Amino acid sequence: MPIEFFLTLAAALFCIGIYGLVTSRNAVRVLMSIELLLNAVNLNLITFSNFLDRQAINGQVFTVFVITVAAAEAAVGLAIILSIYRNRDTVDMEQFNLLKW
Amino acid sequence: MNLAEGVQFVSSIILAVMVIGAALGVVLFDKIVYSAFLLGGVFMSISGIYLLQNADFVAAAQILVYVGAVNVLILFAIMLVNKKEEFAPIPRRWIRKGAAAFVSAGLFALLTIMLFKTDWKVDFSGTPPISSIQTLGEHFFSDYLLPFELASVLLLMALIGAVVLARRETVFGEETAIVGENPAPALELPERPREPVA
Repeated sequence: MPIEFFLTLAAALFCIGIYGLVTSRNAVRVLMSIELLLNAVNLNLITFSNFLDRQAINGQVFTVFVITVAAAEAAVGLAIILSIYRNRDTVDMEQFNLLKW
Repeated sequence: MNLAEGVQFVSSIILAVMVIGAALGVVLFDKIVYSAFLLGGVFMSISGIYLLQNADFVAAAQILVYVGAVNVLILFAIMLVNKKEEFAPIPRRWIRKGAAAFVSAGLFALLTIMLFKTDWKVDFSGTPPISSIQTLGEHFFSDYLLPFELASVLLLMALIGAVVLARRETVFGEETAIVGENPAPALELPERPREPVA
């Protein structure tokens, strides 16, 4: 497969993630969209590692770091959602306006 | 095209269709549980694409960390905040959705044009290492040693931060201020009593 195939796939995944991040109203779905974005970036890194840097696989090292940070981000983000649900009794993103104005 | 290339071609197409379809399902389904399970499908398919690109260790780590940890965590979060909730309708919400779709499609068009116009210096001269995990380990303990150690500190911080954020509110100031006959046992933060579920 050419390199453009995988890069286009990653770009499509990234744009779907952006759309979900902006439009979804459930806070948990926003976190899922962030995971989609991170996976698109990982796919790009692996592709470049495979096509441009075959011997010293630096892209895979970066992917492992991104997976680590994504796991930490998911844990803290879900804890924040639990705590805000306990305080506001909703998961609607439209009502999380404590710091808005 | 020999047999290996054909198999790689067909499985790439199938995995790409699975990734895009499941990702659209994650974003577009109404029920959040369907989205969570489809997210697991996205992670599995992406791990298959990693396998096609000679990244076996990262594919295993993807399944272990994403499907085994992150997806299960998201499912637990859905169960913990599971309230039948009809979101109040917002006037002219379709404008927001349309604008978001337009921006995403425009971004996708820009990225696609860019990556088809760029002349990638594809370099197939080197052979991929026999065992990628060995090469990864050499990287981790030589030139990426500092980020590797920082990642462990970051994971510890995330662990403690998640515990602190997700536990119930502690009652400083009220009960703990009273120095009575039976002080609170050490190494224990008094929590607000759990209010009964309505």
